[in-house]
Formats: sequence, structure tokens, C-alpha cells
Amino acid sequence: MSALLSLRDVWVEYGDRIVLEKVDLDVAAGSFVSVVGPSGAGKSTFLRVILGQEQATRGTITLDGAPLPPECGPDRGVVFQKYSVFPHLTVLANVVFGLECTAAPFLARLFGAKRKAAVAEAAEMLAAVGLADSMHLYPAQMSGGMQQRLAIAQALIKRPRILLLDEPFGALDPGIRADMHALITKLWRQYDLTVIMVTHDIREAFTLGTRVLALDKRRHDPHAPHRFGATAVYDLPLVKPAPAEEEATEAVA
Amino acid sequence: MRWVNRQIGRRQAFGLAAIPIALLAIAYLVASAQRHAINPSDKILPLPTAMASAMWRMMREPDVLSGNLVFWADTLASLQRLGLGLGIATTMALLVGLVLGVLPPVRAMFGPLVTGIAVIPPIALLPILFIALGLGETAKVALIVIGIAPVMVRDVAGHVGALPREQIVKAQTLGAGSWQILLRVALPQALPRLIVALKLALGPAWVFLISAEAIASDVGLGYRIFLVRRYLSMDVIIPYVAWIALLAIVMDVALSKLSTKAFPWAHGAAH
Repeated sequence: MSALLSLRDVWVEYGDRIVLEKVDLDVAAGSFVSVVGPSGAGKSTFLRVILGQEQATRGTITLDGAPLPPECGPDRGVVFQKYSVFPHLTVLANVVFGLECTAAPFLARLFGAKRKAAVAEAAEMLAAVGLADSMHLYPAQMSGGMQQRLAIAQALIKRPRILLLDEPFGALDPGIRADMHALITKLWRQYDLTVIMVTHDIREAFTLGTRVLALDKRRHDPHAPHRFGATAVYDLPLVKPAPAEEEATEAVA
Repeated sequence: MRWVNRQIGRRQAFGLAAIPIALLAIAYLVASAQRHAINPSDKILPLPTAMASAMWRMMREPDVLSGNLVFWADTLASLQRLGLGLGIATTMALLVGLVLGVLPPVRAMFGPLVTGIAVIPPIALLPILFIALGLGETAKVALIVIGIAPVMVRDVAGHVGALPREQIVKAQTLGAGSWQILLRVALPQALPRLIVALKLALGPAWVFLISAEAIASDVGLGYRIFLVRRYLSMDVIIPYVAWIALLAIVMDVALSKLSTKAFPWAHGAAH
């Protein structure tokens, strides 16, 4: 399989502190990569570099063979743990916003038939994440789990090449989290997504991922701990059972 | 029950709030009655009847010189100045605050200037304004604007600058550029804060209005108070001050209502 996203010899340094060193990685289209690692190992930095929110100090990152532009763009969707949705927009408007930005560069609003089409598309996406009944609520009126569903719908409406998840379910109750796992797995299959998810929950990483990446420091200097950065110390491809089989095993368990 | 846990109902709160006000009024009446018992023509603490008749005169009898109903002419003139000043300052706060808050290059260029202007005591600029703009309406409105706009600009800019970075990043991943983020993400979220800033600016705005009117004017609430001070006309001054307080309260309440109506999401729309 050809690589959708490639990192070649990527380093991230803040002053003399090295966060990531020599990260070499290929992410195949359609894979679900879980990134785990101890706190401070640069998981979030890794994600932000791919997102374009931060720049690699050295090395190259290519998406579909082309180097990544140095800022965020619609080719990479993101769901953060918090603050991913716009509090001043209703659920529906939150999703329509993504369509409006591309279609109406000056006003960032659509009118008439175009708006109708955008609303229909957004409503369909909201139905897919289970928010069909909540379209006219404001995010503050919804639970944390519903807000994350909205954040996912918002990102997916742009059909991003890669969906980046930064501890998306970290703040949710265990029960809700299980629902969200089922949802993200369903959407991943349904929309042929490529997902990179940072998590501190090892179980979650193995349940969802087709590949688990562990970031950590290979070397450690006790006198200057900041001089060595983290890299992918484990890279485990997982063989996932086909969907039907998986449901069967879940039923048995 | 501990005092921190006591919940006060609506009617109870009304009753409680009335107590100190009633006490103050009674204290005034007692003091006023005592002074009038000693000296029936006392002007320092006028009786309510004196205030009422003075106000009746100001409201209903045209002024001999100008032919105006003085009270209403004063109110109109002051509100016009205040409204213009608040309007200009609010517009500036929104426009400048937004670009300062959202665009780092603009913030780097103009942030220090705004901070510098904000620390100048506005009253110190009043002579400059009078020299540069004359003694007319412009100088008074300009004083209000200079007095409150920098604080409002900084407040809005600070609020917009403190929007979670995640939101700005998210907007970009949804295809938004700087302009669209300004228009659809920052502007709507700045508006409720702008109303808060405006409410907080009402007090200072009144101070600058009254100051400007006291120094150079021929009509206005502040002008009248400082004019009749020469005759110890407390029977005019006290009702005027009460009227100013009432106007200020009405504005404050109206702005709060507007904010809850227009921006329900900013007021913790119930679960």
C-alpha cells in the first residue's frame, strides 16, 4: 500500500530542548494509527506537527507526495479533547460552517438553494454521528459526549485526507467512551478514513487502532534530560478481524 | 443554616433590598426636618416638597432666556453627547479590538500604542481637546471617546485573543482564512463581551460627560448641577443626581436584557 503521509527524519526542538528526534514514519491510506506514550513524550507535539499547527525544526513531511504547507488546512481534520466546537453556533451551524467557508470566501455564509444543499449535507452528517435530534441546540446545552460527536461531524464534512484526534475521548465517562469507540469505528469504515489518534489509554489504542505507535525517548541523559527527544520506539501493526467476526467475538465476550 | 447556603427568593430579595434604601430615605427626612425646624429657609437638605416644586418648574415652565423646558433640554443634550460618545467608542472597540485580538502582526504594531493611550488620564487631555476642537460639542464627545475607548479596545482584544487556540485551528481545518475567522469566529464571540465592556464603561462615560459639561457648556445635566451650585440649590441638584442615576440604571438593565436576548449561548443556555 502506498503511503498517504510520510515523515522523514523529523525533529522538533524548542530552543535546546528536543521534543521529537528522528521520526521516520509512513502512514498508509485507510489505517487507524493509535499513538501512545508517557506524558511529555511529545504525543501532542507529534500531532500538532502533522496538523500544521507547529513546524518541524528539521525533516520533511509529505501528504500524498506533496510537502505539507506550514499551516493548518482543510486536508487535515482535527478533533481536540476540548474547545473543538464553536459555542456561538448551533449544532447545525457548526457543521454548515465548514461548507460555507469554502463556498463563500467573502461573507462565509450561503443563501438560497446553496444554503439548502449545505444544510441537507450537514444534516446527513449529523444523523451519521447520532445528533439528528439536536441540530438546533447550542454546544453548551449538550453533554461532553455529544459535543465530541459534533466535533467529529464538523471535521468529517470537509472529507479530510487525514483525521487527527487528540485524546478525543479522554474527558468522557467510560460508558459514553464505549459508545464513541463504536461510532468512530463505524465512521472510519463508512467514510474510508485515515485516522491518527493520540491517547493515553492503552486499551483504547489497541481496541481502535490498526497500528499502535509508542512514542518515547530511546536514550536518557540524567544530567540533561531535555537533550534527547522521543521517537517511535514501538510500531505494532495489528491484524484486525473483519467487522462481522469482530461483532461475533464481542457478542461472545 | 449557614449564611453561605441561604437562598433568597424573589419577593424576599425585593423586601431586603428595600430596607437599606428606606433607611437612607428616612434618615434624610429626619435630618431635613430637624434642620427646617431650626431654620425654615434651610437650603442644604431641602424637603421633598421643595424638590418636587423645583423639578416641576424645571420640567414645565419654559426658561425666561432660552424659552426651553430646562430639564428636558438638559437631558436631551446630555444623552445626545453620551450616546454619540458611547456609540463611537463601542464601534472603535469592536473594530480595533477584533483585529488586535485576532491578527498577531496588528497586535505587535498597535498594541503598545493602545496601551500607552489607555494609561493617560483622560481629564488631563481635556485642555488639549478644548484647544484643538473648541468648546463645542465635539470636544465633549471626544473626551468621552478618549476616556472609555482604550479600555474597551483592550478588553475586547484581550477577550478575542484569549479564545481557545483550538477554535482558531479548528476553523482553519474547516477551510477558513483570516478574514472568515475574524467574521464568523471572533466577531460573534466578541459581541457579548463588547456589551459587558460597554456596561462597565457607562460609569466612566458619565464622569467624563459631567466633567466636560461642568467646565464648558451652556446646557446639559452636568452643566445645570454645577450652575445651580452657586445658589446652593440642593432642591435641583439632588433630583438631577437621582435622574442621572435612574438613566444609568435603565441603560445598564437594557444592555443586560439585550445581551441575554441576542446571545443566549453566552449566558449558559440551560441544559
